[in-house]
Amino acid sequence: MVKQKWGDRLGTGFIWAIPLTITAIFLWIIGDVFWHGLGQINWQFLFTAPIDAGRSGGIAPILVSTAWILLICMGVSLPLGIGTAVLLVEFSDIKTGFGQLIRRSLDTLAGVPSIVFGLFGNALFVKVFGLGFSILSGGLTLACMVLPLLIRSTEEGLRAVPQSYRLGAASLGISQTKTLWHLILPAAMPGFVAGFVLGIGRAIAETAALIFTSGYVDRMPSSWLDSGRSLSIHIYDLAMNISNGNANAYGTATVLITLLLMINALTSWIGATWTNHHFKF
Amino acid sequence: MTTFHPKNTIHPTAIRTENLSLSYDQKIAFQDISLPIPAQKITAIVGPSGSGKSSFLTCLNRLTDLTQQCRVSGKVYLAGKNIFDPKIDVIALRRRVGMLFQQPNPFPFSIYKNLVFPLKEHGITDRSHVEYLIEESLTAVGLWDEVKDRLKSSALRLSGGQQQRLCLARTLVLKPEVILMDEPCSALDPISTGVIEDLIKDLGDRHTIVIVTHNLAQAKRISHQTALFWSQKNVGHLIEVAPTQDFFQHPVNPLTQAYVTGLKG
Ligand SMILES: Nc1ncnc2c1ncn2[C@@H]1O[C@H](COP(=O)(O)OP(=O)(O)OP(=O)(O)O)[C@@H](O)[C@H]1O
Ligand SMILES: [Mg+2]
Repeated sequence: MVKQKWGDRLGTGFIWAIPLTITAIFLWIIGDVFWHGLGQINWQFLFTAPIDAGRSGGIAPILVSTAWILLICMGVSLPLGIGTAVLLVEFSDIKTGFGQLIRRSLDTLAGVPSIVFGLFGNALFVKVFGLGFSILSGGLTLACMVLPLLIRSTEEGLRAVPQSYRLGAASLGISQTKTLWHLILPAAMPGFVAGFVLGIGRAIAETAALIFTSGYVDRMPSSWLDSGRSLSIHIYDLAMNISNGNANAYGTATVLITLLLMINALTSWIGATWTNHHFKF
Repeated sequence: MTTFHPKNTIHPTAIRTENLSLSYDQKIAFQDISLPIPAQKITAIVGPSGSGKSSFLTCLNRLTDLTQQCRVSGKVYLAGKNIFDPKIDVIALRRRVGMLFQQPNPFPFSIYKNLVFPLKEHGITDRSHVEYLIEESLTAVGLWDEVKDRLKSSALRLSGGQQQRLCLARTLVLKPEVILMDEPCSALDPISTGVIEDLIKDLGDRHTIVIVTHNLAQAKRISHQTALFWSQKNVGHLIEVAPTQDFFQHPVNPLTQAYVTGLKG
């Protein structure tokens, strides 16, 4: 009896220790970044251009470039990703052999190192399409990179919707498109949100894929065809290449993490609102 | 070979299947089923697990279209037209042939929207008409008094029996001629079962009902005609179909005799 109790306690302790450790590490990293970085942040930091390779001055052009890159990336990958997942899950004709092949390829792609995507983007968008080192090339490269993540988690979301909804709707003579729009997509929202958060998290943190595509010019871009430096590249550059760049690297990292948290919160909120809009009244 | 009883032909038939067979990929679920289903009567389908009862039911509203690798051959006549004819409008077919499932499957909407959704998809949007139909169908399933004050709350918060009645109301709101039911009470407690059973009996006056049930006493209580499905060499066959009284009192086929006396199945 006593022995078993000790075993139980040990087990419980262990089970608690793991998530606590993970949470602690996460908080520690965030805490460290904010501790060193928050002091750097003021209006000037956010709204002026970098001076002296970023040692002083702000990050305004970098924020703008990052926003454009992310916008292009998500604007392209989101409709493509959701569309592909819907095709894979909802339209049975391609559920079989071809669908399997697509799924295999996606899983492989999701595991490909980002540097490879960088080289691919460089070859295709920068050279073949002649877009040069530009925000457009970078955004499109990132889109290729996050697409597999997006498709797979959207797929999971769609598969989590009970088949009884589809059968129930069909048995009432409701067309497949109407069922999809009013029932399946809102019910699969958690999957989309997860995919979006994963995708944008990977995109916003990316450096290797961008160095060869959007480049690292830190001036304010005047169009999508200008080269532009992303926040992550800026952090990398300040931390690795620029002496005395650490303070601003921390400041930029603080901005990046804040941005990521804000985007995630906003995404969840929009997702929940849309689902409620469809499911409530 | 199916045993038919001569009395069976008294009523006009609503649905008639002709040499209907269905297979999933390699597996044949049932074969060569020719079953007349009388109009505005209740037909019970009984038989052991895996004899193809559910599969048969899903042919009657072509829900089989949704299952991959499901192949149907033979014919199903509804009002003289073969519903597997490519020219048939499936949406209209499913409006005429409603279905109630084994597990209550209300949509994750409010009670109200569960009923509005199908109406809207069939072009019924006039507000007062919609509200009339909703009250009518909820009253028909005895749910109106229970839920009229919380129509806007989630249907998922209803009890299992209430959910199943809501699903029945959702089917009724489209005014179908035929209602298919696949063991509609098997997920419910005895009281809810009794309530649903009474409803089905009532509906049988104005609707053609095909109900799959494992409960022989239930088939006996509510149906006018009973059909026995049996799996032979792993393939479902229609063994006997008869007016319910004859089916239970004078079964002809030895399998039916054994089944109704509880010796087999
Ligand atoms: N989607 C499917 N894919 C493959 N095989 C299936 C599928 N659905 C049913 N089957 C098979 O078809 C046969 C008939 O199944 P069905 O569900 O119609 O039987 P049933 O008489 O309704 O059984 P129960 O009384 O258990 O509900 C079974 O052998 C079953 O394994
Ligand atoms: Mg069944």
